[in-house]
Amino acid sequence: MLLIPCPWCGPRPENEFHYGGEAGIVRPPDPAALDDAAWGDFLYMRSNPKGLHRERWRHQYGCGRFFNATRDTVTDRIAGTQKP
Amino acid sequence: MTQSYRLPSGGRIARGREVGFRFDGRNYAGYEGDTLASALLANGVHLVGRSFKYHRPRGILTAGSEEPNALVTVDRAGGRGGGRRTPNLRATQIELYEGLDAVSQNRFPSLGFDLGAAAGWFAPLLSAGFYYKTFLWPPAFWSRLYEPAIRAAAGLGRAPTAPDPDRYVHQYTHCEVLIVGAGPAGIAAALAAASAGLRVMLCDEQAEPGGSLLSETGLGETGATIEGKPAALWLQDALASLEGRVTVLPRTTAFGWYPDNMIGLAERLTDHLAELPPGQPRERLWQVRARTVVLATGAIERPLVFPNNDRPGILLAGAARSYANRWGVAPGRSVVIATADDSAYAAALDLHAAGVTVAAILDRRRQPGPIAETARAAGLIVRAGTWVEGTSGRKRIASVAVSAGQGTIECDTLLMSGGWTPSVHLFSQSRGKLRFDPMLGAFLPGEAAAQVRSAGACNGVFGLQAVLESGYAAGGGIAPRAFAVSGSVMWQPSPGAPPDAPHPAAFVDFQNDVTTKDLAIATQEGFRSIEHVKRYTTSGMATDQGKLSGIQTLATVAGLLDRPMSDVGLTTYRPPYTPVTFGTLAGTARGPLFDPIRHAPLHDWAVAHGAVFEDVGTWKRARYFPQPGESLRAAVARECRAVRDACGIFDASTLGKIEVVGPDAAVFLDRMYVNDIASLPVGRCRYAILLGEDGFVRDDGIVARLAEDRFHVTTTTGGAAGVLHTMEDYLQTEFPELRAWLVSTTEHWATIALQGPQSRSILAPLTEGADILAMPHMSVRICRVAGIQARLFRVGFTGEAGFEIAVPSGHAPALWDTLIATADPTPYGTEAMHVLRAEKGFIVVGQETDGTVVPADLGFGALGRRKRDHVGKRSLSRTDILRADRPQLVGLLTADPAVVLEEGAQVASGSSVVGHVTSAYWSATLGRSIALALVADGRARVGQTLTVPIPQGAKSQGAIPVSVVAPVFLDPEGTRLHTHVEAPSLRPCPPADFAIARGHPSARRLIVRAAPTATTAIGLALGVLLGSVPNRAVRGRDRAALWLGPDEWLVLGPGGDVGSAESGPMAGVVDVSDRFETVEVSGPDAAWRLNGFCALDLAPHTFPVGMCTRTLFGKAEIVLWRTAAETFRIEVARSLTPYLRLCLEQTEG
Repeated sequence: MLLIPCPWCGPRPENEFHYGGEAGIVRPPDPAALDDAAWGDFLYMRSNPKGLHRERWRHQYGCGRFFNATRDTVTDRIAGTQKP
Repeated sequence: MTQSYRLPSGGRIARGREVGFRFDGRNYAGYEGDTLASALLANGVHLVGRSFKYHRPRGILTAGSEEPNALVTVDRAGGRGGGRRTPNLRATQIELYEGLDAVSQNRFPSLGFDLGAAAGWFAPLLSAGFYYKTFLWPPAFWSRLYEPAIRAAAGLGRAPTAPDPDRYVHQYTHCEVLIVGAGPAGIAAALAAASAGLRVMLCDEQAEPGGSLLSETGLGETGATIEGKPAALWLQDALASLEGRVTVLPRTTAFGWYPDNMIGLAERLTDHLAELPPGQPRERLWQVRARTVVLATGAIERPLVFPNNDRPGILLAGAARSYANRWGVAPGRSVVIATADDSAYAAALDLHAAGVTVAAILDRRRQPGPIAETARAAGLIVRAGTWVEGTSGRKRIASVAVSAGQGTIECDTLLMSGGWTPSVHLFSQSRGKLRFDPMLGAFLPGEAAAQVRSAGACNGVFGLQAVLESGYAAGGGIAPRAFAVSGSVMWQPSPGAPPDAPHPAAFVDFQNDVTTKDLAIATQEGFRSIEHVKRYTTSGMATDQGKLSGIQTLATVAGLLDRPMSDVGLTTYRPPYTPVTFGTLAGTARGPLFDPIRHAPLHDWAVAHGAVFEDVGTWKRARYFPQPGESLRAAVARECRAVRDACGIFDASTLGKIEVVGPDAAVFLDRMYVNDIASLPVGRCRYAILLGEDGFVRDDGIVARLAEDRFHVTTTTGGAAGVLHTMEDYLQTEFPELRAWLVSTTEHWATIALQGPQSRSILAPLTEGADILAMPHMSVRICRVAGIQARLFRVGFTGEAGFEIAVPSGHAPALWDTLIATADPTPYGTEAMHVLRAEKGFIVVGQETDGTVVPADLGFGALGRRKRDHVGKRSLSRTDILRADRPQLVGLLTADPAVVLEEGAQVASGSSVVGHVTSAYWSATLGRSIALALVADGRARVGQTLTVPIPQGAKSQGAIPVSVVAPVFLDPEGTRLHTHVEAPSLRPCPPADFAIARGHPSARRLIVRAAPTATTAIGLALGVLLGSVPNRAVRGRDRAALWLGPDEWLVLGPGGDVGSAESGPMAGVVDVSDRFETVEVSGPDAAWRLNGFCALDLAPHTFPVGMCTRTLFGKAEIVLWRTAAETFRIEVARSLTPYLRLCLEQTEG
């Protein structure tokens, strides 16, 4: 069980958290202005890197906040977490 | 034959206490302190098993958990139908107790005469990968003959089929130092760590801590002493000094390393006892989070590889020394020793001193070193530069053929030592890199990937003094400590000499019957990766996991491929180190504790009135209320008729509820839902659909506007948590500028649906503060019903005029009783609810939708055409979503009205499948079956006849003709929504209930969600400071505010008015008094008990008095608050209280 450092609550066991996918995928301010391909990219295209990955977690069974984490997808090591 | 191989003295056994046991139906005697293996050897029993593939006779090879051969099945009384039968236990680990009943495995009819041994004649057919190439034809034989025959002939013990009667528990714990292995290195590490005042745990898989020290006599030239004391005495003193400072866990295997220094320990609590203490758990799974892990796991002696190296009577030298010194057992009368290093000499000298004939020591080394001189001085024959060429004997070794034609030596026992392999399993699991040490011919811990230190033999340190010193250093000893040691014989590896030369047809993996020849076949057939060789040959599989076979497999493969061992590498070490029972892993999560079983507030009434329940998520919901002798269909028909003709009453409490508060609440909901919420007037409700950004329907419910800035939103029963999560996501990350706050009120409000033309006339006399006659369809009023504060919704899911009354959950039984007492409406269950809604074509998310359905598919196309953006809107105009041939919701009517379709059945047009049935019921109202279906381009097919094929194998084959109709079967104009009739006779409401209900709750709970600027004002109004320190509770005069999140507090206090604490522009205050119940856990073991289910570190310095947090207790979300040193207060959702209490019961004692 990973130990994930919540920016508010400190290190907590993984089962208190909910994974939130890649970080930095911002909802377009005017979705109607996007063509199908661009909207499809927003919906589905993710970087899926081998190595450091910026991703979102929510401390669901804790403070309830979403935050960003940098995790190495090879080692599962979390390099750091930040308040949004 | 009674313990005729027991030495006259010595050993750590209790010679005064004889223990009777059975093996394969024969009675034997041993002593307390024996293992099954040592007791069998004391009785001269070596043959204990038949090998996996060839059914070769096999004996006890080792004295520890690495034992590959002596696998037995132990059965115990009390487990009916074999429920306590445990297969594949290693006899070397089974502690003897009175009445132990063990049987050998993989033999028929008996160990001595095994028909399966004929497999040996077919050995050429069974070599590596045989199942890929030997039994290929004819294919019809694969499943009928070959596989069953091979499975029957090969294998380990039989698993029990009956339920396990024992109890298993879990425990989370935290420590600064966890030491794995209580041999000399581990003990020294514990001495160092304990002196630093840390939480220290020391575990060992054996019954007694001490490791190799337990096999020291403390006598003579080979008996180790430490600091002037015999090893055993030193050990006793060391353990005494650790008492109270270190948690010592014997019979506890550290079986796996999990991320961030979480170690899984399996503790065996009762298997060694003759009488099982009632109620005591059998095994405990520890999940230990350790800041530092000290690995002191020792080393495993290597077998030698020579032809017929697997006969009974052949043991590892170190094991034989343990049997003699620790258990007072001679492995035989006449012993030959084959070695390539010094350590086997200790066994030779100790056995010689114990009176056993040591016929010869065959030492591969030409110049064996000083220890050989000591042996010669003791009168032993050392034949340097010789080795074993082969052995003879059938069920026991009879002689050894010496290399280079130096004749044979008769013996009944052969002891071998090919050096020692450090046990790096856990280090490797921690993702540490292993490095090959050519001097040791083994892998050692290299660069660490975790906070871990390896000490002693597992780190390649040999020799007792060095081991103790490395252990002390690894334990964090501030200053190095020197340990004066004498009499220790250490393993001195011979540089450059591989453990052994590959030899044709010698066993490398005893347990899986893998020989050097099998490995040769694998490499000839092109397997190069050691991982592939392992899978092709099965070397290192089963309980062995490479403990004995790993390094020999590697050495052999490296030789065959002519590559250095460091290049070939090891196979991956995976947990578990030794087998862990399913019971241990499951713990208490079985039966009623597998998942919480949640009951709605009216559950007890439903039970008392004969309801049949169904599982909806983790909820139990009443499916129907059969009267005596009534079938499901008859009961549902009666319940449906009551709703259509008179009035039905239904418990809708499990529906999710979210309170959305704040000046921007309307804007927020407008962006979330497909529907126009911004324009919803106060007092009105709207059916609303929630999409994902992909445009697919995720959930639906009713959005009710209670005030300009306050909404009561319902979700589906199963979707409640997910919808709240999604809404929080948007509020926190996409729309953080919106001043809106969310609070789950699912369990605060119970919802009673009163549906049918009489419902209004029943409710009217009970309602205060709302003009019920003036309430239009889809409206809401805050009022009192039967004296209880209520949110009264004129909504329904039946197509009838009807109401849903939400009252605080604690008052729901009183309201329900009042309604029943005054008007006797007919209770109906979820089955009737489904029929009623299907007659009206109302969808159920998850039934009519499957994650690929957009609103237009369901006939809600108009909703997607609003101008303002909302979640998922853009996706609704994607090209694929606009295709005409998308599945669309339609009704299906069978040609034969009596036939009810199967839900999920395919719908076909000619030979092509065009859709599937989503709901199908018998409608008593319509006197025929009805069905809803998703059919491609379905709305254009209305009027067509399609078919529903009946699957092959069904009693009647063929296809059911169905005609496509609009998906509303009853009252398409909706006139029934406005049809009211008077209830015939209403009884007056008992006044007593009013009085009770008018009182305030005894405990008031509020969720305050507020921006930092609003906390002071709300705090003043509540009389308690809303603190900003995370996870801290602040106590006020009579209330406490528990920090749950940076904008969220749970305010606990007495009942009564909460003054002027109101939601302002920057805050949302929501009463959740009835959502939670309070459970207090107190006493000296309170933290320990909570850690049975809660993974947090609850030590006083990490979770001090005043700390609070939302967390998980098993599978239940709780708010945990330490109110005093030994008292924790838990706030838990009321439906989870029974689960929580059941879990806590498991932690008692």
